[in-house]
This record gives sequence, structure tokens and C-alpha cells, in this order.
Amino acid sequence: MSMDNRSSGTPVIILTLYVAAVLEVMPLPAMVEFMRPEFLTLVLVYWVIALPHRVGVAWGLMAGLFQDVLTGSLLGQHALALSVLAYLAQLAHKRMRVFPPIQQSVVIFLMAGVTVTVSYIVQDASGRAHVPPWLMLSSAVTSAILWRPVFNSLRWLRRRFLVR
Amino acid sequence: MASLFSDSNSSGYRLLVAVALCTALMWLDHRTDWLGQPRWLVSFTTAPAHYIANIPPSLGGWVTDQAQTVGDLQSDNDRLRRQLLILQQKTQRLAVLEAENVRLRELLNSSARVSGRVTVAEIVAIEPDPNRHELLLNRGTLENVQAGQAVLDARGLIGQVIETGPMTSRVLLITDATHALSVQVNRNGVRSILAGTGHPDRLQLLYMPDTADVKEGDLLVSTGLGGRYPAGYPVAEVTEIRPEPGQAFLTVQARPVANIDRASHVLLVETDAPVSVEVPDVDG
Repeated sequence: MSMDNRSSGTPVIILTLYVAAVLEVMPLPAMVEFMRPEFLTLVLVYWVIALPHRVGVAWGLMAGLFQDVLTGSLLGQHALALSVLAYLAQLAHKRMRVFPPIQQSVVIFLMAGVTVTVSYIVQDASGRAHVPPWLMLSSAVTSAILWRPVFNSLRWLRRRFLVR
Repeated sequence: MASLFSDSNSSGYRLLVAVALCTALMWLDHRTDWLGQPRWLVSFTTAPAHYIANIPPSLGGWVTDQAQTVGDLQSDNDRLRRQLLILQQKTQRLAVLEAENVRLRELLNSSARVSGRVTVAEIVAIEPDPNRHELLLNRGTLENVQAGQAVLDARGLIGQVIETGPMTSRVLLITDATHALSVQVNRNGVRSILAGTGHPDRLQLLYMPDTADVKEGDLLVSTGLGGRYPAGYPVAEVTEIRPEPGQAFLTVQARPVANIDRASHVLLVETDAPVSVEVPDVDG
């Protein structure tokens, strides 16, 4: 196969992850605070599905460590969650590509649920979890709802900037 | 590496390495403070994220400011001028009291422990995680903010700096469930420990005996014991006292006097004057 498989567009991936991280700390009214979608999860899953040979566990780890410093949480809390997420997304990427949108959103709900749960377990182990876990899971629901718009805009970006 | 067929085996190994790495990091971060330096370095890249995230709300505030009428501003001005007058009058008395206090302390042979200098900082972000009560300020080590500094607003104690980046610093609020400080009842000096509960406007006095002299409405002020907070700043007001049948201690609830959820600017108490306590000469 004479496919040109040089990778390009790394800055775009990093930039989208950075924007997702900014959205993670954007101030929200207290009423909807706990429903904040897991933006980093969504963006990371998109890039893993789109470019599974490039974006994987290592990217999840780095993005997670960045989020840990950003939110001042235990170093490794989100890194662990996003590494696991990247691994799962890599396992599921072939199926995800052929799923209809609704089914994709259900998988995203499960994946965001895994992220939230892993990070909640770590927080609980370090003695800093006081909000009931099901409340944290509501962010997985909003993530699933937001999946299609995020998917579409990231696909547009990927085509526009020829990320591969 | 650009293999065409993603090899799930190798990504499994990578996950294993990542999990091991994360576990080691979490252990180090939880047990030691070796990771402070790396965090400080990464903060150079996270600080802009906080500033960017804060643009839309501060833009909203700016628009509200611009939309104020002249009448509103004038009445605001009048109110502030009146307030200033009252406060100035209070400070006049304060100078006399302070001088008197110093004289009395000299008589008692204990050193004066005044560290009144403060700097103003702006809150740039509030921790989105509901499990942690933390704030982010727009000043960091480049402006000499240090971990351990006490943070106040105009009415009382808010918390303490726990982590500093170059341009930001993170404040642990007194309402966080992992926070506790030494306080005393202003009315009679009864000491106790005031712990956060994880609820934004509820604090709890620990280990108050059933016979302790504490009433609803009592003001709790910091004692300065522990050396973290300066003494004498108002912290909370007792809201509810409930004797628990069969228990040795009262359940005492308190509410922070500071406007923790409404403040936009806070004061950082400067710690450059170390608090030294001389042991009084007992024989003398």
C-alpha cells in the first residue's frame, strides 16, 4: 500500500484538548455545576476513534496530568481516568465508527461514566469525596447529549486542517 | 510510530505502564510534597486556561458596570462615602487601642504579635469539583504569595493558601471537609476546633463538652494557635447548638461570617513578619 502515512496536525489535537480543559474550569452557575459535561473525555474519545494509531493511552495520560494540575486535584487522579478511557476507546473504535448516533451516545455515556467513576474512586480513597456518586454521574448524561455536536465540529476541524 | 493496524496488545501494555505511573504519582502526591516543583512549572500553562475561562463572566460584570445609571452610581458613591466616614472614625479608636494593647503586652512581658499588612487579590476561578472547596487567586509566587498565608475578605476569614503557581495560587476554604482551625468564643474565650463540613455555609465545632458556655449567635474568632492564621480575626457565628443524648459532646453548627460565595476580591495577610511568641518570665 503506497499510503502516505506521515502524521500531521498535532498542534490541532493539542489545541482542541486545551480548549476542552478550559471548558472544564469555565465558571458555571452552582445549580448546573455538577452537570458539567466531561469535555476532555469527549475530545479525547473523538481523537482516539479518528486516529487510533496515533492517539492512545499516552495522550490520555498527558491530558489527564494537565487536568490534574489545572484543577489542583491529586496528581494522577484524572490521568488514571483518561488513560483507562483512551484504552477503552481504542478497543471500541472500530465498532464506534459504524454505530448509529444514538448508539454512539450510549457508548459515550458509559465511557464518561467510567471516567467519572475512576476519578471518584481515587478521590474517595484520598478522603475527599462527599457528594453522592450518582450526582457526579449526571455529567455523563450531559456528555452523551453533547457528543454529536462535539463530534461534528471536531470532524470539521480534522478535515479543515488535514489532521491524520 | 504509525502502524496501520492498531495493536491492542501493545496498548494494553501501555495502559499497564500508565496505571503504574499514576499510582506512583498519586502515592507521592498524597504522602510527600516532592511534586510541588513540577506542579509549579506546569502552572505556567494552566494559568492562562484559568484566565481564559474567566473572560466570559468578567465580561458580563463589565457590561453590568457599563449599564449603570448616573443615579445608581451617585447613590453608590454616597453610601460608600458614609461607610468610609464611619470606618475612619473606627480606625481612630483602633490606633489608641493598639497602642494600649502594646503597652499592656509589654507589661506582661510578651512580644507584640501584629501582622496587619495585607495585599488584595482577585478570585479568578472557583473549583468546579463540588467535593473540594477551593478558590484560585490571580497572584502567585511572582508576587510573593506563599503557601500557608491566611486569606480574608472584608468580614472575616476565608481560608489559607495551599498551593502556589507562578501567576496563580490556590486557596483551601474553611468550609472544606478537610479543613479545621483553632477558634475561641469571642464572648468568653472558650477554645475549640472549628472544622469544615463540605457544605458551603456550615461549619462544626468539634469536641464541645455538654457544659461548655456557648450560645447561639456567639462570634468565633481565630486564636492564632498553630501559627497558620493570625489571631483575632472573626471566623464564624454559632447558629445551632444541639445536645445529643448519650453523647459526651454537643453538636454545634456555625456559619462563616465572610461572604465566601459572593466575594470577588480577597485579602492576603502577609507573613513576612514572623509571629514570635516569647515565653513569659514566670519567676519575675
